[in-house]
Amino acid sequence: MKFKALMLGAVASFAFAPAAFAQRGADGHVNVIYWQAPSILNPYLSGGTKDLEASSLIIEPLGRYDQTGALVPYLATEIPTVANGGVSADLKTITWKLKPGLLWADGTPLTSADVVFTAEYCMHPEGGCAQAAKFEGVDKVEAIDPTTVKVTFKEAKPNPYGPFMGAQAPIIQKAQFAECLGAKAPECTTANFGPIGTGPFKVTEFRPNDVISLEANPNFRDPAKPAFATMTLKGGGDAAAAGRSVLETGEFDLAWNLQLAPDVLANMAKGGKGEARSGFGSLVERIMVNQYSADPSLPEGERSTAKHPHPFLSDVNVRKALSLAIDRPLLVEVGYGQAGRPTCDLVPAPAIYVSGRTECQTQDLAAANKLLDDAGYVRGADGVRAKGDVRLKILFQTSTNAVRQDFQALIKQWWEEIGFEVELRNVSASVFFGGDPGSPDTFQKFYADVQMYANNFDGTDPEAYMAAQTCDKIPRPESQWQGENIARICIPEYDALVAELGKTGDINARAEIVKKLNNMITNDSHMIIPLVDRGRVTGVAKTLGGFTLNTWDSELWNAADWYRIK
Amino acid sequence: MTDAAASSPPRSQWHDIWVQFKSHRGALVGAVVFLAIVITVFLGPLVWTADPTFVNIRARNKPPSFEYPFGTDQLGRDMLARMMAGGRVSISVGLTAMSLAITLGSTVGLLAGYFRSLDWPLMRLTEIFQSLPLLPLLLVMVTLFREPLAASFGPERGTFILIVGAIGVTSWMATARIVRGSVLALKEREFVLAARSIGTDDFKMILRHILPNVVSPIMVSATLGIAAAIITESALSFLGLGFPPDFPTWGRLLYDAVDYMQQYPARVIWPGVAISLTVLSVNYLGDGLRDALDPRIRGR
Amino acid sequence: MLTFIIRRLFLAIPTLLVISLIIFLLLELAPGDPMAQVPLTVPPEVKEKMRLALGLGEPLHIRYIKWVWQFFVVEPSVLIDWLTRESALFGWLPDTTLYDGQLRVLSWQTRSPVMDIVVQRLPQTMWVVGMGYLFGVMIALPIGIYSAYRQYSIFDQVGTFISMVGFSVPTFFTGVLLIVIFSVELGWFPSIYDTTLVVNSWDSFMMQVRQMVMPVTVLALFNAAQISRFMRSSMLDNLTQDYVRTARAKGLSERAVVLGHVLRNSMIPVVTVIALGVPQVFGGAIITEQVFKVNGLGQLLIGAIEANDLPMVQTLTFIFALLIVVFNLIADVLYGIIDPRIRYD
Repeated sequence: MKFKALMLGAVASFAFAPAAFAQRGADGHVNVIYWQAPSILNPYLSGGTKDLEASSLIIEPLGRYDQTGALVPYLATEIPTVANGGVSADLKTITWKLKPGLLWADGTPLTSADVVFTAEYCMHPEGGCAQAAKFEGVDKVEAIDPTTVKVTFKEAKPNPYGPFMGAQAPIIQKAQFAECLGAKAPECTTANFGPIGTGPFKVTEFRPNDVISLEANPNFRDPAKPAFATMTLKGGGDAAAAGRSVLETGEFDLAWNLQLAPDVLANMAKGGKGEARSGFGSLVERIMVNQYSADPSLPEGERSTAKHPHPFLSDVNVRKALSLAIDRPLLVEVGYGQAGRPTCDLVPAPAIYVSGRTECQTQDLAAANKLLDDAGYVRGADGVRAKGDVRLKILFQTSTNAVRQDFQALIKQWWEEIGFEVELRNVSASVFFGGDPGSPDTFQKFYADVQMYANNFDGTDPEAYMAAQTCDKIPRPESQWQGENIARICIPEYDALVAELGKTGDINARAEIVKKLNNMITNDSHMIIPLVDRGRVTGVAKTLGGFTLNTWDSELWNAADWYRIK
Repeated sequence: MTDAAASSPPRSQWHDIWVQFKSHRGALVGAVVFLAIVITVFLGPLVWTADPTFVNIRARNKPPSFEYPFGTDQLGRDMLARMMAGGRVSISVGLTAMSLAITLGSTVGLLAGYFRSLDWPLMRLTEIFQSLPLLPLLLVMVTLFREPLAASFGPERGTFILIVGAIGVTSWMATARIVRGSVLALKEREFVLAARSIGTDDFKMILRHILPNVVSPIMVSATLGIAAAIITESALSFLGLGFPPDFPTWGRLLYDAVDYMQQYPARVIWPGVAISLTVLSVNYLGDGLRDALDPRIRGR
Repeated sequence: MLTFIIRRLFLAIPTLLVISLIIFLLLELAPGDPMAQVPLTVPPEVKEKMRLALGLGEPLHIRYIKWVWQFFVVEPSVLIDWLTRESALFGWLPDTTLYDGQLRVLSWQTRSPVMDIVVQRLPQTMWVVGMGYLFGVMIALPIGIYSAYRQYSIFDQVGTFISMVGFSVPTFFTGVLLIVIFSVELGWFPSIYDTTLVVNSWDSFMMQVRQMVMPVTVLALFNAAQISRFMRSSMLDNLTQDYVRTARAKGLSERAVVLGHVLRNSMIPVVTVIALGVPQVFGGAIITEQVFKVNGLGQLLIGAIEANDLPMVQTLTFIFALLIVVFNLIADVLYGIIDPRIRYD
């Protein structure tokens, strides 16, 4: 292949270099495969993970999250905090200091004007910026001097690390994007496909939805990095093919997000060319229990709305029985292996926020049966329980995905054992997760009794994530079925506690509130039934050194430190 | 010519066809194999009573044994029971959807080829159907028809009708074009002119003289159509259009097994062989039928 | 014949406009949302703003008219400018500047002109899918002819077996099987197609051949299976006709009878099938391209459908519609050449 020739050439020409990773470009070529191909390299125009991660090789934020979730400065000299005076005592301003002498890949200096411009670009009302949430509550962003930027928020912001932190909010060059503000953003194809950045690599060719060719940035701030002279980021195919190309054939060095059955992955790893590594973040596979009735006989526009509470799932004992019947460790063993952990929490990390309740991890069919018996649901001749006219018949939907279909089959059987009748449905992911108000199959409309999917939160602060489950965020016809409170949870005390969280600055007090909120909707009320804390699995070739799996930021966050193991 | 046999009274035409069919070894083997498959998948569950959706988590990924003759899958479900249940769906969907597509396609093709005035509108209609993107079309059909069909025919039969309809409506166009092409050439032949000169009306002309002469391309379309329908059915389940996700079909069993191909090759072989065997047997059956129906060959 | 072609081409314009409208409405009606691939962590208000920025706030008919204008006026002017400025064929013509910076058809995924990506994808689709089709036809015709001529011989039986298995086993299985055997176990061919490979030397040519072997084989087998069946059955129909007996009686050589008379008369269904298949070549082979990571037009279409990138799906589908109409016309013209008795007036 072409890259092998390149690699051999590079190895030959640098054969006399004293230390392989002490010199920029000394290690030749590296191949990365993403089975979802990046479409654009401007993260402000696309929220897609694949696009964010690819662009993180080229453009960088002021600070990133490391593999432990801690904040590390990138373009900034240090992370501003209340302690070092970077964040004001009233939590209303944050002041960033840029590293001195930073250069863009084209050789021009990076100044605070670029940072201010980045905020202006994303906050433009007509731009449709995908990361607008990161700049939520920002009053103004000003350049104090060429290396100092001050962000002022409208209200006290306990977590001021929204703007310019993490893969979602990198700094773009003012000179390149000045003409691309607002509605003109999509016209700047050259800039969107080849942003000039400060990262370890720069784009030589971008083929949308196919492949990106990159080379080392000659002006990268560390003169010894990156060790690789060139990189290819190929996209497309499926997870199995990506895994095969790293673990079995050795054509590629890194394969992103290998969501495969554990025994398939284990078998591939026998190829000996690489290993599968996993790391855990905040992604939780969960079952949402509909608090409202989705009965098809109801008139359109009233299904899954407050007009009709669910006939039996509004009963906490029924929900608890559903949760008790599930054998979470077995689900992990079947579906995720090393890349999953059973969990009872919606917030599985960072450690400070974790409630630590584990009682749901033991399956107890007898207890589930007893709960239903006590609640007055008696088994009929066909084994299905009923109370009066209310039969325990549920429709269980999820998106199309091999692991989810296996989970559905397993859970269906357990629920049938405790006297439910279960019908399964799967919906194509592009319809299920799309918000088309005209489709009956979106997860927001929730025309089913229970549904399963996974979600996580950005960065390390779960405030917005918890605040998504308040009463006013329930999807309903009046809101075009938009809203994040999918399970239709409406607990006044919960909403009050969320408001309190928004006013609390102390990290330990915040953690206590988050734990309480978490338990209110999971362990105590079972409106959300968490199943698996899902890790990320990455295939890494044995010859690729320096890769550290990071679930809190872009997976390619430390590409500058990668090197070839010889 | 084509109806030469009909004009010889002593023996019935159907008897001749049967004699010819019997002497066609491939056709007989095809018929026997096809019947055997049909009997196994439809009556087999009476003998082998295992539940195809029963999860036995302690018996995952078992090789073939006395307890599980075809082994088990990644959730410990009995593969033999799943193959039989899957075969029922795949064969029913394959045959029905194919028949629908072939009927639609042949009718459009015959009408367009024979009646000059219908040619333009029908062929433009065919072009429109050929141009429509398949996946969005199927998604629209689900959105529009799933609930009404489920309401009037019950969930299972509703799904079946939807799937068969979706496959049939999206796969008749090639047959229509092929049949039309052959009819265009046929209707200029001498025997058609001769038949017309003795006053044969259009309906009889199509049925007696044109149709029998385009049977063989239709037969080929039909055999290929079964294979295509079985595979398309498995693709539909990814759109959420197919049967419930725990319900096996041959196409889906094959698709699900591809990731496990290296560890458990048997799991791709069973559905793969079943689909191929069905299509092969139908193909030979079709060959024999065509030879038997063709009076020119029958005489030999 | 010429007036027929001109009339058909003229009538194709309203047909194509109707097709484009039907496709547009169908895509509008289909469930789906361009925000499906945006992570759930992005709040709904932000997604709503992104939708508006894509132009989804405008009414249906405005969006359709915009697309028609962009596709039929803006895109051709870009093409003509390029032809007169850079192409080898028309570069001698005076440079034109028809394109005045109006918005082109923009993809929602990449925010870039759809046609640029289509042009970028054409080479790999032509190489892989086109070759697969070409080889398929080249294998299918002789196999079909000989199978029919020696009906029920060993050759025929083996050919039937292989082609039926080849057609009934889907490419998502055969493709992965080939990869497991030839890439993983034997290491002969790369499992991932390199679209950036530039063929400029013997080595790079061999590289290109090696990466094309598996996808082309899979496609050729699949196409050959189908076409050879039609060729065989059509030959069988004609071999028993009276004119064949007449030709033989006249003392024509067997070769002249079979290849001259029978083959020509058997071509009508085969020409139809081959002409039907050509637009599908441009449409790419969705599954095969995915399995081998060829990333051609098929992968572009399926990716756009999954991401609900309506301008991209609309444009690609319409280009295929255009090809379908053209190749149906070509088939009709060929009928007239094969069998002069066929007339369309």
